[in-house]
Amino acid sequence: MDVQLKRGMLDVCVLAAIKDGESYGYKIIKDMKPYIDMSESTLYTILKRLESAAMLTVRTAEHGGRLRKYYHITDEGLRRIESFKAEWEELLAIYRFVTKEDDHV
Amino acid sequence: MCKQTFLAALRQGLAGLPQNNIEEWLLFYSEMIDDRMEDGLSEKEAVAAMGPAEEVAALIIEEFPLAKLVRERVKPKRAMPAWGIVLLVLGSPVWFFLLVAAAAVLLSLYISLWAVVISLWATGAALVGGAFGGVVAAVVLMLQGNVLTALAMLGAGLFLAGLSIFLSFGCKAASRGAVLLVKKAVSGTKSLLMGKERAGCAKQ
Repeated sequence: MDVQLKRGMLDVCVLAAIKDGESYGYKIIKDMKPYIDMSESTLYTILKRLESAAMLTVRTAEHGGRLRKYYHITDEGLRRIESFKAEWEELLAIYRFVTKEDDHV
Repeated sequence: MCKQTFLAALRQGLAGLPQNNIEEWLLFYSEMIDDRMEDGLSEKEAVAAMGPAEEVAALIIEEFPLAKLVRERVKPKRAMPAWGIVLLVLGSPVWFFLLVAAAAVLLSLYISLWAVVISLWATGAALVGGAFGGVVAAVVLMLQGNVLTALAMLGAGLFLAGLSIFLSFGCKAASRGAVLLVKKAVSGTKSLLMGKERAGCAKQ
């Protein structure tokens, strides 16, 4: 698959994992697992990229006597998900057009 | 492998990256291992889920931006003594121009690489233009009644069209090759920068 396309999709996957409330690294990986298998290093790189793009914010909080980082989606992040959905509709329309011929065979 | 051994191996693998980045990565992996253990995995299982530390380090370095790495490497390790600064200023007419010359050489190498690719595509475009011209000329000549010349022109046009199709494979291969070469140069520069740092560490 096109690298740029895949990268953009993985970004949106991570955003979707924190859409309904803040989450932390391991939980994000676990929540995505049924759909997509993501390594820790990939997740971290994406989280950093999303943070510098102001699509999420990070806070550190104590948990069980140690520190844990929690990621919270911003309005910018929510907008990214919406624009991804819109782009996907366009792609689906193209996909339907491309596969239309196959149905007649 | 226990958590501390994994983190120590990861730290070693990342040596050469900016210190604060290394600490961030280690904190992240430490949290990931702790969360897995909290989820019921043993320490050994939680560490094993991360994959080999060397592979993790290699992946991180691959993703690390080259520009940031270069900035980190050219940063002096300790404060420069006064005589060092004096030398640096006095020597500036020499090193400044040497630096500019080195940058110019690199830039010209980069430009000439793409010049080769562009000229190949330009040749292809010229062939297509020639083919098109040949066919148009053939039609005009045919209308004027010069049948033999028209046929010769048509043949030449078709020949050029064939040549351009043939060349297009070469053009594509050259473009791909150039992109690959630039990527290789970037990753080569990275390992060179990291390698120097490691050699320096071993001496200490």
